[in-house]
Amino acid sequence: MASRGYRVGMTDSESAPGAAQLNAFETTSNPILADIGKPLVVVSGVEKFYGEFHALKNINLTVTKGEVVVVIGPSGSGKSTLCRTINRLETISAGEILIDGKKLPEEGKALATLRADVGMVFQSFNLFAHKSILENVALGPVKVRKRQRADAEMAARMLLDRVGVGEQADKMPAQLSGGQQQRVAIARALAMKPKVMLFDEPTSALDPEMINEVLDVMVELAAEGMTMIVVTHEMGFARRAADRVVFMAEGEIIEEAEPEAFFTNPQSDRAKDFLSKLLTN
Amino acid sequence: MDTLLNNFDLFTEGFKNTLILFSFSAIIALVLGGVVGAFRVSPVTSMRAVGTFYVNTIRNTPLTLIMFFCAFGYPKLQLPEISYMNLAIIALSVYTATYVAETLRSGINTVPLGQAEAARAIGLPFGQTMTLIILPQAFRAVIPPMMSVFIALLKNTTVAAGFSVMEAGAVKNYLSERGEPAIVGLLWVALVFILLVGVLAFLQRKLENMWKVAR
Repeated sequence: MASRGYRVGMTDSESAPGAAQLNAFETTSNPILADIGKPLVVVSGVEKFYGEFHALKNINLTVTKGEVVVVIGPSGSGKSTLCRTINRLETISAGEILIDGKKLPEEGKALATLRADVGMVFQSFNLFAHKSILENVALGPVKVRKRQRADAEMAARMLLDRVGVGEQADKMPAQLSGGQQQRVAIARALAMKPKVMLFDEPTSALDPEMINEVLDVMVELAAEGMTMIVVTHEMGFARRAADRVVFMAEGEIIEEAEPEAFFTNPQSDRAKDFLSKLLTN
Repeated sequence: MDTLLNNFDLFTEGFKNTLILFSFSAIIALVLGGVVGAFRVSPVTSMRAVGTFYVNTIRNTPLTLIMFFCAFGYPKLQLPEISYMNLAIIALSVYTATYVAETLRSGINTVPLGQAEAARAIGLPFGQTMTLIILPQAFRAVIPPMMSVFIALLKNTTVAAGFSVMEAGAVKNYLSERGEPAIVGLLWVALVFILLVGVLAFLQRKLENMWKVAR
């Protein structure tokens, strides 16, 4: 999988920071890349307790605009919890999270407004079961962004085409395969024009043959300069698309490195142990 | 048959009022119950407390007592006058709303948590998460028990007969005054109720087919 090499010239620019991997032409043509390199998500000193259980321990993580950060680690290491704290689906016990310079609000309207700017893709898709595929994608733009329904539906159809499920627009979620549902979920998040996208194990609930169709969409997004935080077990994706790999274990960030460096030369024993288990499979 | 045909005016008047009582109470109870049900699953503690208090006090009070308060207590409060019919509608709505709320709450619990999370993740506030995503799915899940609540409401309208509302339950009394055999009158009233409930059961089946949520 790792040899697929979607990002052309990745090996040449291994040592360059993520943003620099995109060439100048893309930078000028794509408005998403305007403030590239500016800190977009700043997690500082975050602690999370579930009763006695210490789920997140002093987490510090900065993700800059246009960066793709892949969070990996054994199950129960807190990586999903971290992902969910970033749009406050999980509250935090201590610390601070800033999105685009603004502190994450506690509750209410302000929080809803901020969540609209943070796209989220779930492990279990979570498409609205009583709404058609098209309605799933157009709902947010109409209700939250207050766009005209016709405009929103047209934009939704374009997004659905882009993720390759345009044909399914008028079906109900349950009529689609897992891979198709997850691509719709990505389109639903994109429809809000988010500043950053969170992916919480987006391929873990999928049959093996459907994993790649979802990963391909994600790789494409990454190449277009979307800021992404991806919790995944797909090491292939990490190698293909990540600018940085964050390794977590027991609620702590153990190691952070560029993908090649991390996979070929992990520094910590925990990471070595984790990677060796993957490779022996 | 003579009992029915000779007193058709009584029957039509009675059942017309029963249907008025039922329709208005059903709509108000559905809306009020939806609000109370939403309160009961709200993330805000004080809202949950209000919902719980409402359900526990009203549901634990016999309908006759609520009706009694509305019919005899309210006029003593020196507030603007309300007809017995409207007071009966208020009593029935307030009472039935508790059952609607609890039925809905059980339905809300059948909607996977991920649906609410996805709604919140695209920036919908609590109110819209409820009205656009959760309640529509909860309604579909609870059509059979909800219809039982409404069938109970339909039959509960007869309690209003005891409080000067001329509805189906009162028909029998008027028939007795006119010298008709009581048993026959009673049987006719019962038969019409069975027909009305049949209509509701039919509606239930239609709704179930129309609103199936595939998962």
